Amino acid sequence: MKYLPLLWAGLLRRKTRTLLTLLSVVAAFTLFVMLDAVRIAFNAPNSVAGINRLIVTSRFSIIQPLPFAYASRIQAITGVQNVAYAIWFGGVYQDRKNFFPNMAVSVQEYLAIHPELVLPATQQQAFRHTRTGAIVGRTLAERFGWKIGDKIPLEATIFPKKDGGNIWTFDLVGIFHADRPELQGIERQMLFHYDYVDEGRLQDQGTVGWYIVQVDDPADSDRVALAIDRLFANSAHETKTQSEKDFQRSFVKQIGNIGLIVSTIMGAVFFTLILLTGNTMMQAIRERIPELAVLKTIGFPNRIVLLLVLAEAIVIMLCGGLGGLMLAHALLPVMATATSGQLNLPLTLSTWLLGLALMILIGLLIGLPPALRTLRLNVVDALRG
Amino acid sequence: MAHGLRRNPAAPDTQPEHSTAPAVELVRLRGISKSYLRGKQRVEVLHHIDLDIPEGDFIALMGPSGSGKTTLLNLIAGLDSPTHGSVSIAGQRIDRLSSGALARWRAAHIGFVFQFYNLLPMLSAQKNVELPLLLTRLNAAQRRRHANIALQLVGLAGRASHRPGELSGGQQQRVAIARALVSDPMLLVCDEPTGDLDRHSAEEILRLLQRLNREYGKTLILVTHDPKAAEHARRTRHLDKGALVGQG
Repeated sequence: MKYLPLLWAGLLRRKTRTLLTLLSVVAAFTLFVMLDAVRIAFNAPNSVAGINRLIVTSRFSIIQPLPFAYASRIQAITGVQNVAYAIWFGGVYQDRKNFFPNMAVSVQEYLAIHPELVLPATQQQAFRHTRTGAIVGRTLAERFGWKIGDKIPLEATIFPKKDGGNIWTFDLVGIFHADRPELQGIERQMLFHYDYVDEGRLQDQGTVGWYIVQVDDPADSDRVALAIDRLFANSAHETKTQSEKDFQRSFVKQIGNIGLIVSTIMGAVFFTLILLTGNTMMQAIRERIPELAVLKTIGFPNRIVLLLVLAEAIVIMLCGGLGGLMLAHALLPVMATATSGQLNLPLTLSTWLLGLALMILIGLLIGLPPALRTLRLNVVDALRG
Repeated sequence: MAHGLRRNPAAPDTQPEHSTAPAVELVRLRGISKSYLRGKQRVEVLHHIDLDIPEGDFIALMGPSGSGKTTLLNLIAGLDSPTHGSVSIAGQRIDRLSSGALARWRAAHIGFVFQFYNLLPMLSAQKNVELPLLLTRLNAAQRRRHANIALQLVGLAGRASHRPGELSGGQQQRVAIARALVSDPMLLVCDEPTGDLDRHSAEEILRLLQRLNREYGKTLILVTHDPKAAEHARRTRHLDKGALVGQG
């Protein structure tokens, strides 16, 4: 504590330079939070209580359809409680930039298997009995100002209609919400009847995109998954059964290796930050060589001079880094609101901890070269100027 | 001061200049040589120096540029080590100390005054004076009190909160002297302390140094090339081409 005035004296010697350095650190760590939030969001989409849910897709690709007839055969496997199925519809509402997930599902089973999807009983009833019915998440409804009773036209991008048309019209019969805040992501979805789509589409009739299998006992999941894949081994449509979480990860990987992309950008950001602040630190210490020589002359041991320089670098990183984290903390909800929940990125404790570790690590990295220089400093030469 | 700056009880208020120095030796140099490598060439800066400085002395080291005055001062102050010979201060061979031990020794026993003051520009006068006390076990209040006493001694009590940039050259040098004094060192080494000052300010600084010697019994070594500055010392030794010339 008694060395604090010396620390501040070093930092405030060139206020403008320190401020600019701080701002660059703030910017870097704000970006870090955003990118890390993207990484987390993509790596753990909807980490639902669905450890008792398995997803069955084609062994070769998740865009390869599976026969509808598999449903009853999967249902017959011991340990399977319920089987639902779905297809990725990929419809566009008005404009391609209005993207949101929309899927055709086996309504009865899908709602039974997904208790996290909260829909009033009357709306559930309406959804079950309306062939052209659709339900949407609360966030999605708010985004487009939809209300129950609206007709929602979607332009097909994968499944044109048998009658030559390309517009599918759905009747909005329900608006659901997630039962936990961390599952808000599902509120951006639109669901409608598989039967309506399957009968009306031009191709791939009688097939599904994937099956969702609810098992009796989560501890039995591995055995059930193996049993399903064995059942269809060496058939024309071999299957790959995995946990829901793994499935979502592989789904996201279609876009690309998000983790790698994000890590690469973060790496570039921090590499630039290290170069920039490292150079600034070297320059700042170079300017203060006579002052540091005086400290050593009056008896300051090498250890304390070295720690002062290191502390200076770490304080800059901590001040700027925490500023960046707090700025991001304030910005993320604003972004979520501005994009109607489309960009609802999480700021987790792990991001804060990783950020803190990075601040200290980068502080050490940029502080060490000038600190070591002070160790080698020859007092007699430095005083001579 | 860290241990309380002791006023010399034996010193009369107006001691005549060039009075006889006390006899107890504080500094004892024997057979000192110092050489540097400049490129591939070895340059001998000091050769075969023998010098005794008694406790309570005020000695001026004079000589032309390059004569080795500052090198000799650095050796006595433990900033540099001799190529040959021994440096004993208060009976301790400092030429045998490690760099860490030398730093601790300097902190405890030596006060430095430089030509260009070498104050930290972002710190107030008081904080600058407190710097050597950071290495002691004194708490913040004690450090502040000692710094204020030192500033009072140099006549700058009213400027404690000023930064060096807000002080004149003479005032900055007085802050530097307060910093050198604050830990009550046994030896004050002053390297051209008036070299950057006008004649009036220089005279004030020299009188202050003289007072520290006479009233407080401080041992001072003053490196200067100014004969008028040297006149304030009790005695003068001349260096020429790395050797002491004449009698002490």
